[in-house]
Amino acid sequence: MAAKWKETGRIVGKSQIGRGIYSMWLQTKEIAAHAVPGQFVSLYCRDGSRLLPRPISICEIDQEMKQLRLVYRVAGKGTEEFAGMQVGDSLTVLGPLGNGFPLERMKEKKTALLIGGGIGVPPIVELAKQLEGEKKIIVGYRDELFLKDELEKCGDLYVATEDGSAGTKGNVMDAIREQKIEGDIIYACGPAPMLRALKAYALEKDIECWISMEERMACGIGACLACVCQSTEVDGHSHVHNKRVCKEGPVFLATEVEL
Amino acid sequence: MIDTRVNIAGVELKNPVMTASGTFGSGQEYSEFVDLSRLGAVVTKGVANVPWPGNPTPRVAEVYGGMLNAIGLQNPGIDVFAKRDIPFLKNYDTKIVVNVCGKSTEDYCEVVERLADEPVDLLEINISCPNVKEGGIAFGQNPASAEAITKAVKKVAKQPVIMKLSPNVTDITEMARAVEAGGADAVSLINTLTGMKIDIHRRTFALANKTGGLSGPAVKPVAVRMVYQVANAVKLPIIGMGGIATAEDALEFLLAGATAVSVGTANFFNPETTVEVVRGIEDYMRKYQVSSVTELIGAVR
Repeated sequence: MAAKWKETGRIVGKSQIGRGIYSMWLQTKEIAAHAVPGQFVSLYCRDGSRLLPRPISICEIDQEMKQLRLVYRVAGKGTEEFAGMQVGDSLTVLGPLGNGFPLERMKEKKTALLIGGGIGVPPIVELAKQLEGEKKIIVGYRDELFLKDELEKCGDLYVATEDGSAGTKGNVMDAIREQKIEGDIIYACGPAPMLRALKAYALEKDIECWISMEERMACGIGACLACVCQSTEVDGHSHVHNKRVCKEGPVFLATEVEL
Repeated sequence: MIDTRVNIAGVELKNPVMTASGTFGSGQEYSEFVDLSRLGAVVTKGVANVPWPGNPTPRVAEVYGGMLNAIGLQNPGIDVFAKRDIPFLKNYDTKIVVNVCGKSTEDYCEVVERLADEPVDLLEINISCPNVKEGGIAFGQNPASAEAITKAVKKVAKQPVIMKLSPNVTDITEMARAVEAGGADAVSLINTLTGMKIDIHRRTFALANKTGGLSGPAVKPVAVRMVYQVANAVKLPIIGMGGIATAEDALEFLLAGATAVSVGTANFFNPETTVEVVRGIEDYMRKYQVSSVTELIGAVR
């Protein structure tokens, strides 16, 4: 079982990078040194009326400095609290959690499609940095772009926007079709409709497809069984068809889960 | 020297701190954060005769000072549980309490019988889960049914039986008296309070199940009151729970009449809560020169 730590993290960098989108660099003791792309951390609120940890995906990892970059959207009072914190403030963080993207699957492949949609884009950054081989990065946004500079450095970048203000008008699937982007393995994170479309696309093209799932969580460590997703095979924990997003996931082989 | 030992139906716990069923799995996930041997007992998540898939998601929602859950008792069934979870817990110097759930009297009895030869110290019978349609709370909201299921379980049980009571009743003392009459060896309370949250942006229920069980610090005063009432109504030992996040919270329950306490939802926001509560109770005893924790039980009359 992978080690995890509960630590007090200190904010060493903070900025707003889009409408309601915030970036935070967190100084950790152990977490960053052990984190891999596609994992997440639980951030705890200071306000005692908000009990549950907020699961936030890891955007970048600086193993040497033991720092983590978290990019998140303000979606409620908890993330609003984080957005209001300043450099020098500290907060409780638990991690690294979940399994992460299987980078080793790239070994026998030629070209990877790294696909992010909306607030699913952040974990694609560290994946793009660490994954070796040819990478085509396809990211979809409603209108405003974020993390573009970071992604551009790591491979060929293709953008889709719903309003057509940048790149292909439409979603990541529209970009893939319009730009005739091809690869032999997919790593993706984004909203359920996007993952569903990618799963269908991967099945049609017969390519391996890894998707990062999202679900409401409580404990974040696999005990409470809140964040399950439907699995095609009987799961190893409860022997039903429910895999824990926080433990067996968040990254699953697309054919492993019902979408 | 302070003595933190307490006795529940003939089973001696090294201290009164246990885990609340459903918040701690079978201890494995939390063993990375706390030494389970520091706990009086580990109470497992509910286990049925066969695997249960539980409810659709979303299964949890945060509310002010608490949370709602409608997991629906997802569990691997008694066979896997006995093979995997009990041996895991046997690695620790703590008592094992297995929470049992079922859809019918036969279901409960099947699990209880199956546990007869297992190294389990106590059984907790869940007749109070608000999130499953059959069984669960159906047995826990009517005194006659509660007494009947207690009797049925007691007939086949080899270990002492704790009946877990629901707060979703008009008078919880009536339920406590009913299970006492049925032969229960102890009671635990409270299970969660049925609640609801509406997502005003999506104009739908926050939980797929519509309703869920409210837990967390928000429910503590209700739970302390009910423990006090039950302590005055029956002779059975009480395991008190509901919103315990600190030793101070736990001490309120002991003083109200609980022999032991369970830490539940707090595990989610601080995985080390259980051992912190153990330590805090010890500190309190030293500070006020309490030699035995049993002196505190029901000390507020």
